[in-house]
Amino acid sequence: MTVSELGLLNILPILILVVWACVLLLLDVFVFPKREQVTPLLSAVGLVVALIYTIPQFGQPKEAFNGMLVIDGFAVFLNVLVLISGLVAVALSYDYLNRMGMARGEYYVMMLFSISGIMLMTSAADLIVVFLALELLSIPLYILAAFGRPKMESEEAGIKYFLLGAFAGGFVLYGIALVYGATGQTGLTGIVEAASGGLENPVFLLVGAALILVGLGFKVAAVPFHMWTPDVYEGAPTSVTAFMAVGAKVGGFAALLRVFMIAFPSISVDITPVLWGLTAATLIVGNVLAVAQRNIKRLLAYSSISHAGFILMAFVTYGDASVRPEATAAVLFYMVAFAITSFGSWAVVIALEHAEDRGLELEDYAGLGRKRPALALAMAIFMFSFTGVPPTMGFAGKLYIFRAVIQGEYYGLAVLGVIVSVISAYYYLRVVVVMYMREGDPETHSEGWLNLTTAVTAVGTVVLFIFSAPLFDWAAQAVLRMF
Amino acid sequence: MVPVSYYVALSAILFSIGTLGVLIRRNAIVIFMSVELMLNSANLLFVAFSRLYDLEGQIFVFFVMTVAAAEVAVGLAMIVAVFRNKRSIDIDQISSMKG
Repeated sequence: MTVSELGLLNILPILILVVWACVLLLLDVFVFPKREQVTPLLSAVGLVVALIYTIPQFGQPKEAFNGMLVIDGFAVFLNVLVLISGLVAVALSYDYLNRMGMARGEYYVMMLFSISGIMLMTSAADLIVVFLALELLSIPLYILAAFGRPKMESEEAGIKYFLLGAFAGGFVLYGIALVYGATGQTGLTGIVEAASGGLENPVFLLVGAALILVGLGFKVAAVPFHMWTPDVYEGAPTSVTAFMAVGAKVGGFAALLRVFMIAFPSISVDITPVLWGLTAATLIVGNVLAVAQRNIKRLLAYSSISHAGFILMAFVTYGDASVRPEATAAVLFYMVAFAITSFGSWAVVIALEHAEDRGLELEDYAGLGRKRPALALAMAIFMFSFTGVPPTMGFAGKLYIFRAVIQGEYYGLAVLGVIVSVISAYYYLRVVVVMYMREGDPETHSEGWLNLTTAVTAVGTVVLFIFSAPLFDWAAQAVLRMF
Repeated sequence: MVPVSYYVALSAILFSIGTLGVLIRRNAIVIFMSVELMLNSANLLFVAFSRLYDLEGQIFVFFVMTVAAAEVAVGLAMIVAVFRNKRSIDIDQISSMKG
């Protein structure tokens, strides 16, 4: 087995990240005197290098570890998204951690480990890798969620996330074991071949797929597996929440899409009604409960649940081979739209947050339009994008999702999606109303990296909308060779 | 030789006990032990099935054990941190956030 036979060069970006994270961990302990200031810079360098090596991978699909990892367009597209998200997350965290007195070098190292887990997840073509990547993604996130220690809420968020995440991991693992029992295979393509040849115990395959769906449903916060989301999002340090909202979703959905579309198309007749119900519940619960929230972090948590619902909408069509490429491309596009809007809105939350959880209520945003017009404008753009109002990425994302759903002839789901979008307008626009129409004197922070992040994401939300057609074409091309 | 189906049944029972334990018990460490039981019931299933097919299932078990060990390290550290703060690991008492 030589290096090229294993295909190690094809997963070079992931290797770079993992090795770099280990090196940073050591440097952090032994070398730097003011390390909490140097480590973020160095981890950003690692992310940029990985990004430079990822972009040329777009094109012919490549394999590693005898086909257990597949670096195809789907993986490369999401890896680019995740690496850029990582850079944004580092920029968001730097000022916030310094301000809150949480600046420690390990923070960024954990983030690098988690990002490498997400990248493995997007390329996983074997259920073993799916499970390992899931844990590599999650374990650093548990630590990050509790990073605000000894603050009680943060520890509480960490332990809740940990217990429920490990619980979900157990479901995924048992599901994988049943699939292995039904087919004798763990590779995704092997499972399809075994399933098409007729199975002795087809019920094992079905139950296994359902358990995998439950476990990954936890990770992407789909109703009824969403109970942890508001508490964890509220308790975790805000910069962690921002990263978690995007990272865990991208990883979870990447695995869901690839596993179900490649390995389980044969049981789509049985799975699709379940997915339909899951999607409808996620859309309704996420949006309806968000209306009652006064705390901005909880509001954005329910909002992220509802966006998981919109992504699931396209996923419902997975059994229909003619719609599948279109729906997958729509999901990829929606994840870009969600990532950029979500990071932006969390950046604004960070700009208003003060020590001991002050500045997180909706009332604290009163008067922001007068005091910090640019910041308020950015927040307004993000809220419009979440609602799905043009000219923002959120609108384009919903457009493509709805197109895929209607092509798949799930009209009921499309109507439901429109109705909950109207409900969501109420709570998103309420934020805008409070910012511009209420009198108040909010205390805000103006810090270099934070302002830069807010500005870049706000401009990106609008500019990428203008270029949404080429971006969607890129996503469509990315999934072309997947099936 | 004991038939494979016996092992499958035993593993299903263990998995159910683990799941119920997570849902019913209130002590963080007991919940955590129940999660470990779920993982180990899956391990039993892998080993049992690998008798029907190939060695892949047995190899998977080693990976799972490694992951479980990593989870234990993080989880127990977190439980200790909470205990220092609260003097309790009852998850009903460490639930200050509502909404």
